[in-house]
Parts: sequence; structure tokens; C-alpha cells
Amino acid sequence: MEVTRIPILQIENYLVASIQTALHDRAATQFRDDLLERIYETKAQGLILDLTAVDVVDSFLARLTGDIAEMAGLMGTTVVITGLQPEVAITLVELGVELKGVTTALNLEKGIAALRKMVGKEGANGTTG
Amino acid sequence: MAPPAKERRIPVKTELDIVTARVEGRNLARELGFGTIDQARIATAISELTRNVVLYAPEGEVRVRAIVSDDGRRGIEVVCEDNGPGIADVDLVMQDGYSTSSGLGMGLPGTKRLMDEFKIETELGVGTRVTVRKWLR
Repeated sequence: MEVTRIPILQIENYLVASIQTALHDRAATQFRDDLLERIYETKAQGLILDLTAVDVVDSFLARLTGDIAEMAGLMGTTVVITGLQPEVAITLVELGVELKGVTTALNLEKGIAALRKMVGKEGANGTTG
Repeated sequence: MAPPAKERRIPVKTELDIVTARVEGRNLARELGFGTIDQARIATAISELTRNVVLYAPEGEVRVRAIVSDDGRRGIEVVCEDNGPGIADVDLVMQDGYSTSSGLGMGLPGTKRLMDEFKIETELGVGTRVTVRKWLR
């Protein structure tokens, strides 16, 4: 089965990926693997995962999002989730999903700002170049 | 007033059907006049129910239809039926945090919170039918 690939863009030392279509499970899992490989290849300090165009986040996609943040974190890359729509935030809370330890920002611009701050702080502590 | 004759049936066998089912459900919800937040609740509920079918049963079916209550309220009904193993302990699966598979354990209790009405019928070795409803406000 052909799996739709989600483009992963690089800006300076950050990666940006924006989900624009409804992801079935296998495409979502493929996306997670692609992201982690790109992080390794590019040595990106930060990753923005933009969900502006996503209208349904069920427990599967929520768990996957949390996994991506945790796995990227293990590799030393900071993840910020951006653009959660109001209805997605509402359904996530009602569903009982907790995105523990996941940093979120209202939009891409605020996400980049948050990333700069977080990565900058780590840099000052000498953990990154 | 005659009840609207809108019903859509979506066979559920693979993970691809999860997306198809929730898109169909959301489309009907939109046609019936549900707002974006209720549309998302309905689509998410369908996603959780159909994922259970894909995870635990060989196959199943989702039916979404417009409904009218005795006192004239309009709404949407989602029936998700499968020929899976059935659920031995319904009280247990309705507890938050319980899961036998790779899910987060919020499938059924979470789905119940998203909708206005929730009914589960199950028989071991025969299958499970979950019926959920949301009413227009």
C-alpha cells in the first residue's frame, strides 16, 4: 500500500512538518519514523509539528504525537506542537487524553519563538553547540 | 414530519476504513447542522469505535443516520457493530485507563464523554454493538 508522505522542511537548525491530510494509522507511524530519521540526519535542534489543518485527533494520533515528542527528546531535539484547533483541544480533554510533557504554541510563529527560547536556554547550559 | 431518510453504511475492516467512516460521519453531522465542535466530537467518537473494530474484530460496520426524538429533537446516531470476540466484562472496559491493546485505554469511556447517549451490547463469541447519539442543541 502506498503511504502518503508528509513533507518535512528545514529552516536554519529546525525542522517543520505540517500535517495537511487525514492520516490513517500506517501513514502516521511512517511519519513518526521519517521525522526521527530526519532529525538524526540533520541534527536539528528543534522540531515544530504543526497541526493547524488537523480536524480530528483521536487517542491513537494523540499517543503518536506524545511519542514523537518523547522520542525526539531522547535524541536531544526539542519539539513544539503548534496550531491545535479549539475543537481538537476540547475533544482531547473530553476524551481524557493528556499530552504530558508536550510543549504547545498557538501558531507557527509563536512555536518558533518558543523553540528559540528553549533551545537557546539549553545552549547556554552548554548542552548544544 | 417524516424522519429524514439519510443513512450511510461503512464497512470496517482495515485502518483505512477508520478515516472513511469518520469523514462520512462528520459530513452527515455538518449536513444536519452540527457546529464544528460537535462535528469533531462525533468524528472522534467514530474514530475510537472503529479502531476497536479494527483492533479486536475480523470486521464490522458503521451506520450513521439522522434521528428525531419523540419530542421532536433532531440528532445523529452512530451504530458500530462487529463480529469480534465480544467483551467479557463491560464494567471493566468502561473504566478510565483500562486497555488490553496498544490504545490509551480511553476508547469507550472517552467516547461516552464525547456523546450524549451511549449504549453497548455485547455477547461473547458473537460480537459487539455500540450505539451513540448526539442531539442538536
